[in-house]
Formats: sequence, structure tokens, C-alpha cells
Amino acid sequence: MKSLVELRQLRSEIDNKQAAAQLNLKAKIIVGMGTCGIAAGAREIFEAIEEELQKGNSDAVLTRTGCIGMCEQEPLVDVQLPGGDRVTYGKVTKDDAIRIIREHVLGGAVVEDKAVARCITGKQQTGHELDQQARIPTYDDLDFYRKQYRIVLANCGRINPESIDQYIAVGGYEACAKALTMMSPEAVIAEVKGAGLRGRGGAGFPTGLKWELTRKTPSGKKYLICNADEGDPGAFMDRSLLEGDPHRIIEGMIIAAYAIGASEGYIYVRAEYPLAIRRLQIAIEQAKAYGFLGKDLFGSGFDFDLKIKKGAGAFVCGEETALMASIEGKRGMPRPKPPFPSVSGLWGRPTNINNVETFGSVPWIVKHGAEAYKAVGTEKSTGTKVFALTGKVKNTGLVEVPMGMTIREIIYDIGGGLDEGKELKAVQIGGPSGGCIPRDLLDLPIDYESLRDAGAMMGSGGMVVMDNSTCMVDVARFFLKFTQSESCGKCTPCREGTKRMLEILDRICSGEGREGDIELLEELGNHICHTSLCQLGGSAPNPVLSTIKYFRHEYEAHIKDKRCLANVCAGMGGAYVIDQQTCIGCGLCARVCPTGAVSGERKQPHVISEQLCLSCGACAQKCPVSAIVQA
Amino acid sequence: MSKITITIDNQQIQVENGITVLEAAREAGIEIPTLCYHPDLSLAGSCRVCMVEDINSHRLLASCVTPVTDGMQISTRSAAARRARKLNVELLLANHPNDCLGCGRSGSCELQKLAADMGIDRKGVDRFAGQKRKRAVVDQGYSLKRDPNKCILCGRCVRVCEEVQGVMALDFAGRGFDAIVTTAFDLPYSEINCAECGQCSVVCPVGAITEISEIDRVWAALDDPDKFVVVQTAPSIQVSIGEEFGLEPGTIVTGKLIAALKRLGFDKVFSTEFSADLTILEEGYEFINKITNSQKLPHITSCCPGWVKFAECNYPDLLDYLSTAKSPQQMFSTIVKTYYARQIGVDPASIFTVSVMPCTAKKFEKARAEHRDSGFQDTDAVLTTRELARMIKELGLDFINLEDAEYDQIMGEVSGAATIFGTTGGVTEAALRTVKEVLAGEGLDRLDLGLMGTREAQVEIAGRTYNVAVVSGLSNAAKLLDEIRAGESKYDWIEVMACPHGCIGGGGQPIPGSFDTKARRAKGLANIDQAKQIRKSHQNPDVIRLYEEFLGEPLGSISHELLHTSYQARDVR
Repeated sequence: MKSLVELRQLRSEIDNKQAAAQLNLKAKIIVGMGTCGIAAGAREIFEAIEEELQKGNSDAVLTRTGCIGMCEQEPLVDVQLPGGDRVTYGKVTKDDAIRIIREHVLGGAVVEDKAVARCITGKQQTGHELDQQARIPTYDDLDFYRKQYRIVLANCGRINPESIDQYIAVGGYEACAKALTMMSPEAVIAEVKGAGLRGRGGAGFPTGLKWELTRKTPSGKKYLICNADEGDPGAFMDRSLLEGDPHRIIEGMIIAAYAIGASEGYIYVRAEYPLAIRRLQIAIEQAKAYGFLGKDLFGSGFDFDLKIKKGAGAFVCGEETALMASIEGKRGMPRPKPPFPSVSGLWGRPTNINNVETFGSVPWIVKHGAEAYKAVGTEKSTGTKVFALTGKVKNTGLVEVPMGMTIREIIYDIGGGLDEGKELKAVQIGGPSGGCIPRDLLDLPIDYESLRDAGAMMGSGGMVVMDNSTCMVDVARFFLKFTQSESCGKCTPCREGTKRMLEILDRICSGEGREGDIELLEELGNHICHTSLCQLGGSAPNPVLSTIKYFRHEYEAHIKDKRCLANVCAGMGGAYVIDQQTCIGCGLCARVCPTGAVSGERKQPHVISEQLCLSCGACAQKCPVSAIVQA
Repeated sequence: MSKITITIDNQQIQVENGITVLEAAREAGIEIPTLCYHPDLSLAGSCRVCMVEDINSHRLLASCVTPVTDGMQISTRSAAARRARKLNVELLLANHPNDCLGCGRSGSCELQKLAADMGIDRKGVDRFAGQKRKRAVVDQGYSLKRDPNKCILCGRCVRVCEEVQGVMALDFAGRGFDAIVTTAFDLPYSEINCAECGQCSVVCPVGAITEISEIDRVWAALDDPDKFVVVQTAPSIQVSIGEEFGLEPGTIVTGKLIAALKRLGFDKVFSTEFSADLTILEEGYEFINKITNSQKLPHITSCCPGWVKFAECNYPDLLDYLSTAKSPQQMFSTIVKTYYARQIGVDPASIFTVSVMPCTAKKFEKARAEHRDSGFQDTDAVLTTRELARMIKELGLDFINLEDAEYDQIMGEVSGAATIFGTTGGVTEAALRTVKEVLAGEGLDRLDLGLMGTREAQVEIAGRTYNVAVVSGLSNAAKLLDEIRAGESKYDWIEVMACPHGCIGGGGQPIPGSFDTKARRAKGLANIDQAKQIRKSHQNPDVIRLYEEFLGEPLGSISHELLHTSYQARDVR
């Protein structure tokens, strides 16, 4: 591969091939095979379809794609008949799959009751199918997609991640060709700086500036690292991107390597992401075969080689200095900065580390220019951000939104709000390093500064929606338990301090909280934030501090009244009682009570024995009419 | 390096660009407390006890790892800085046994001192009370004991073992609150690469790594009327033990040391310098043999047991290069239980030999199966300098004002050559004094090679020039060994001491032992040597008599049987 022209030629060859395939009038079936799809049973569906196609003697092409983001609807199967629209089916069972093959692929009639959306690709639709398709919403009709702005995720769920041709067919590697053949490294850096791109790993350091610092450090050898050690509980943005569009990351890395002058790169990805690793391996091999990796890329004289390094699953290895220690074969422990990696990184050489999503944004910026990118998002936080939307929200999944969108828009417009009768209490943003944002702040725009000022952080992009059945003290405890056990143990405040905070939270949650515990948590929390060696410790207390800030009354209720307002913390306070007027006598409470404290006739109000009640609250959580409260 | 201006506690100072805030503060005479920091080791920045405040940004900084920047304004005394330092010490105390009364490091413990200096009271000690680390104390083996419950994870032991010794016997394991310093697979020291040098015990700020004490065994022997207890003291003890009693490092207290030992009840008191002279004769003639018979070189010394174990673990293919001469400690004990017992008419079975060593590896050496040439275990007990000081303190002796006493006869004479055994380069200089005189009939000018790392010299003896290397610190030694393995060594003679700067910096020496302290101890030994009338081993009259009456000649058959040993390859992880 020597030039953009050559790449464009290749692209048109691929286009022609695909058009020819289209003319061959073959139906295409595409199964969503990201980890989310596979977990929901996509592999069995894939096999069932394969079998059914053989039975039906069909020559339809069966292929796979990555996560399109609608995790709620997995397993997803797309069908595209020659000339027709690409129709997406959701929550497909084996039986559904067989039906879809028989009715749609072989019979030509869309299975309307399973269709979720369609992608307009049809050119020559006629008759019945056209009418039928018109009744199915397009992707842009869906609330879930309408408000999204897909730059990084553009290809996820659309192309086969194991096919470099499909990536090239949608314009892949053109940005890299442009950068290497038409731009100087300084110009690439200027473009990224101009675009205002900031690190998507959470801290939001300006990417172009980081590149510039690394470029300016003189050294015979420099390294580029992609941090794919995504470890936040509930976060799966990087995984989905690597599984769904690995070439985009590789392309972003080639551009970055060229800009800083790195000849060797590593993708540090956790071993718990086997599918991402496999697809990356395939993608790297393909990129090498096509001449996108290796020597003298695009005739520029620039060499770049890429390796995958599997992480052993320590959360702290997401911290850049610990990550580098891990690559070097040492125990993954952070070291003090300065020196920063841009001066002394991997094996003491200048090293640039960016997150997966950051690299994922780069090809678009180079291709479309800084101005186009800056037009998306806010002044200080440009572009888009991918979030993993989870928790008590209807449409869980992967969403990419312009910066500056409010939390409310994401949860209600894209996420479809909460289930009927549930009330939003808080949104946890940024995983174990982030914080809980209360309902009052739902109109907060998503950008680095607003989130930080609210006591949360962008983090890698986890967004967990919580309703009234969530105890905020318990949530804080959950996250702190995670960081506490994932602390590397090197520095005193993180190792010893988080343990003490956890002990205090444990006792608050078991009804043994003491006067002064909240203040002690605040003192310790602030101390750990300000004196820890790395940002794992530096942000570990955030979930605690932010819940104290916004939900102090819940802490006080636990400590003073021995009550958990969400009925989550077991064993708190006095016995539970059933309101005789409200009780409908369904008996659910009696069935879940571990000590048999509940008695009563069917359809008659029940009662709880004060002597036998453990105050576990299991009954109150089950009661469909909220008749059970703590005395 | 250019100078920049910074302000610390309102004091404007000019400092070298590139140094840390801690170094700048100390230059300005401002003390900032530290714990994981150690001047001889790399920076960790892990304990967070040296926090100071950047006045401009109000950020708290770990001063030991923060480089100075021009115009920086630092407060070491702001409320935020003081609170942060204190809180981190309180957090360490919350996971520490706080049983100072039962701890061997009480008085020399840095955590104890910090807590006292910061005025942390009972309330401060207890305010974060909760779960504490509960691990078994590791005390298998002979030399070192690890109490993980006292460990504060400062990592100094890990760093000294890796950076100075190149052994890497210790590292961190586990995460979060379960993090711990341990050996590979939690194996005992005997089954790993550990050289038992004890440098970890010297740098440990608390009582987490200490020598395995033999004080009780020694007291029991002293209390036993049927035991004839003979003690030897290594050359370096006389210039270091004074520190335990408030004297300056390097103060020569030979006479008081002897007096104290007699007051403790030892039946006979000798110096290991006597057998160091013996070692020089045996090893010197061994070298003469090698060079006159053109045997393979380099000749490598073997008097340091930490080095010997290191070689056995890591360079088993090079053991043939090591001198077969026993160490002075082992020669002495063997001679006591053979020649000396006969001379004074005491049953060797009733003799209990104690040696006072600057070293923990000597405890391991005495227990080696080879060292039973007298028919008994040659050395019965080894005390470190620190242990002996404790025994003296137990009796409440006024050490500084003791009246000087002298070594007992008939092995009481020592040469200045033997004295300098206690410092790196000393063995080489002592040996070459004798070798040159035997081969060429002329004296040797002082080599005085200094104390640091690897040093080399060319020595002319009888018309031939010999390349001599002196090395201390095992990671330095490993480089020379690698050269031999690669067939690229240019040396004829290599002296290796496991501990940096030799025995004066040994793992059993008083704590703390900075470079400055060690240099002053070395000066003390050099002064003794210079003041001595006999400065060559082969001129020691007691040694000459020993050969006449008992051994015959160096490398003779009795010598071969009693004064030489063998080594074994060790299969360790």
C-alpha cells in the first residue's frame, strides 16, 4: 500500500465485488456476535440458522457483526434480501430464528412481530415487502438512535469486524493514508489539538498536547500504547468497540504513532476479553497483510508494528504507569509522576498512552478535520462520548452522544426512562472513580468540567441508573469494596485508608454506625483523594463523598434511626409491620421471610411477629402494594 | 545543572534544578519526616509521610518524589500538610501491633519515633482501629525473621534486595489491604535465592525484619557451669558497637568491648582478626600456588558467607574459582575446639564457641553441615553487633566508662592486615601484603581503593602485573561473575563482600547505617591498622607459633583437613 489513490482503487474493487455479490441476488443474514450477543445466546442462534439454511438449501450468506448498542434487544439478527432494506430482529429465540429463515429469507415476508428496526439500504423494493417494511421503524425513527451521534461506534453492528474489506468499503484506512501521505506529523498533531479531543479514559487530558509532548522528547525509540484495560464494573464501551470495529482502533494508532514518531505499539487488553483479543489479532494480521502495519507505510518511510499484551486482570493496571510496569513484566504498581510517560515511559522511553475510544475518534478527525469535530459537543469538551447505559433504565446498551447533552436526555430520550412506577433516584457516572448524581441535577450537561464539579467524573463512561430501591450507602459501599480490593497496596492512604472507610460503611450498613462516622468518612475520603500516589486512590472515595454530599440524610437515617430508607441493608433497626389497611393478603411476604415471622390467611391482612423478625427487609422489598414498613 | 529559586516555609533558597523538594528542604535545614525514603535506594513515594503543601495550587505533594520547579512555594508546616502527615502515620498505626514494649526495634523504630514526634496519643492510635493483618511470623532457617504484622510496606527491603544486592528475594504480593512483602511462593529463605546478608533488616524502619536472636542460647551457655564459653569478635565490631552506646561511628572501643565480654561471663575473649591472619596465610599460599602452577584464574575470596551462598545459588558453575579457605569465623572455632582445647587442657566437648559478627549470614554459615571438622559443630552461636549490645544493656554495664581490657592468650595477637578485613578491599590488601613479601621479599604500598562499588588495581609482584578487583554489593559482584562466565574477565584476583562497603556495612551492624556512618567506621579500622606494629599476617607471632606447634605449614595436611572447605550448588527458585 503506497498511497491514498491505491487505497481508493482497492476500495472500489471491494465495492465492485460487493455489488457483484448483490447482483448474485443472495440474501444476507447477519448475527450480532459481540460478547453481549453471545451471552444472550447468539452462538446457538447462529448455529440454528446455519442448520436451517442447509435444510432449506438456501445460498443465503450468513455472517456476523459486533454490538450495535441495543444490548437490551440481544440476540439480534439482521436480514437483508437482495435490494431490500436491512431488517433487524430483536430478542430472537431459536424458534424465532427458524421462523425468520422460513418466512423472511426463504419466503420474502418480514416477520413483523419480531422486527425492531430497519436500515434503509433497499433500492428496488416492490409490492408486499415494501408495505411491510414501511411499518417497521428505521433506526433513525427509534428513540434509542435518534439522539445519538455515532462517530466512534459508526461501524459497530454494521460491518463484519473480522473483515478488513468491509472496513475499507466504508472508507476505512483513508484517514491514515491521508495523514501519512499528505500531512506532516506536526500537522496531524495540530489537527487533533485543533479538534479539542480530550482523553476518553476519564481524566480528559488534551490528546494533541500529550502527543506533542511525546513528539518533542528526543529519543531513538518511542512507544505507543492503547489502554484497553477496561475494568470498571458495568462498563463495556471499549470491549464493544474492539469487538465491533477493531480496525478503527488500529487506524487511530497508526496515525498517532506517525504523529509522535513511535515505531512500536502495544494494545494492553485484559485477558477477560477473549473475543476482543481474537478480533484484534485477526485485524492486526489483516492490516499487516494489506501493508497498513510494518515497514515504510504508504511509502512515507515510517515503520510501525503493533503487538497485543494481555493484562492479568488487575484494575490498577488501567493506571498508565502500572500498565507499563505490567508490560515490562513487573508487578503492576503505579510509580510517582513526574516523570510522565511522554518523557520516560515504557522501558524508560518516551511513551504515549491513550484509551481505546480516544484512538477511535482520531480517524474521523483526520478525515473530516478539526472544525467538523469541534462543531460537535461543547466548547471545552468537543466531540462525542460513548456511555454504557445500565441499571434501572428501559433501553440498556451502548450509546454515543454529543458532549453537552444532559443526563436527562440520555436517560429519558435515549434510554426510554425507567420502568412504570419507578422513580429515578440517582445516576452513577464514572464507575468506582466516579460519583452519584442526584435527580435534581439531571439537567447537568455531560462534559468533563460539569461532571467533576458535581463530584463525579467522566471516567471511562459507565452510567448506572438507580431508582428508589437503591440504598445510596450500600452503593457507596459496593464501589469502595471494589477499589479497596483492587488497590495495589503500595501507598498508605489507599491501602489502609480505603480499608478503614469500608469498615465504617460496613458498620453503618449493619446498623452499627456511630455518631461522627459521616465526618470521619469525609475526613478520610478527602485525605485519600489528596495524598494517594495514583488516581486509583485519588478517586476511590468519590462514590462515598458524592453520596454523602447528595444523600446525607440516608447516612443519617442508617446511623441515627437505624433505618435503611430503601430497605436494602439487612438487619437494621426494629421489626417490620404490615399496614392492615393496605395489605391484600397475597402471601408473598410470608414466602420470602427466612424466619417464618409472617402469618395470615390468604386474602386476609397478614401480621409479622416482632419476636421473630430479623429486620432483614426481604418482605418489604417483595410487597407489591408497599404495605410493609419498618416500625 | 542550573540553579533555580524556590521558597520553603518563607525561606527563599537557590537549589540545583532536578533535585527533589525533600532534598531542597534538607539543604535549607528544614526537616521533613520520611519513612519509605532511604538515601541509598531508589525513590518509591509510597508511605506518603513526607507530604508538604504547594502554596500556589494548595495541592499536597510527596516531597521525596516531587522535583523542584522554579518559583515553587512550599509549606512544610501548613495545617493541611501537618494533618496529612499525621493521618498517614495514624493509618499505619491502625494496622500495626503497636506492641513496642515487646519489640526488638523499640528505640530504633522509625514509626515509633514519628508517632512520638507528631504527638500521636492513644486516641490517635485508636481512631481507625479495625482489622489488622494477621500472618504467621516467618522464622524458619538461621539468619532472618520476618514478622509481616509489623510490616508497613515501605518497600525498603524489596528495593535493597533488588537494587543493591540483585537478589530479589523479596517482593510485594497480594492486593489492597492484603498486600504483603514476601518471598516467591512464600517459601522459606533456605529454599530461595536469599543470600541471608541481612541488608533488609538494616533498612527496615520497624521490627518487621530482624535477625533470629541467639541471645538466649548464649546466656544459657554462660549460665552453664559445665560449659567453657569462648567468644571471638569480628574486626569491624570494635569500630561500630560504640554507636549503640551513643558514641560516634568509627570510635575505637576494642578495650571496652573486651572488658564488656568478660563482664558478661565469657571464659575467654579473642578477636577474629587472629584467624583472619590465618586465613591470609592459607588463602595467600593458595593464590601463590595458583599463579605459580598456572591454574585457572581469577582467584575469588570466600570469607563472606552471604557471597558464598549467592554464588552457590546463582553461579554454581563458577564455584571452582572460589578459595577453599574457610572464613575467619570458621577457622577460629575449629582451632579453638582442636589446638586451643589441647593447649589449655579443656575437653572440646565442653567448649561453647560464640562469635560476634556484623553479619546475619554468619548465623547461616555456622550451621552448614561442612563445618564440623573439629568433631563438633565448630561454631555454636553467632551474635550480631546489635544482639551483643542488647546483652550488654541487659546487664546495665556502663560501656563507655569500662576500663579497657586485653584479649586472652595464646591467640591474642593480631596484625593490622587482619583488622582491615572488616572493610571492602581489606582482604585483598592483607593477602597481597603477604603474597608480595613471600614471592618478592618486598612490602606493598597501601592500595586504599575506597569503599564504593567495584574498584580495580594493578599490582606488580616479582615482575608480573596482576589485575585485582574488589567489589561489594552483590549486584556489582554479579557483573564480574557474568564476565567470567562469558570468558571475558581480565582479573587474576577478585574479592567479594556481599554487603555494600564490606563488613562495616554488614547486615548485623547498628541501625541506621548510612554511607557516612560506614565511611567513619572504615576510617576507624584504617587507624587501627596504621597504629599497629605488626601489619602483615605472616608476622603475627601467635600464628607463627600455631603453625610450628600444630598446623605445620600453610596448605599442609592438617590445614587442609581443618581450615579448608567445599561448596555446593543450590537448586533454588
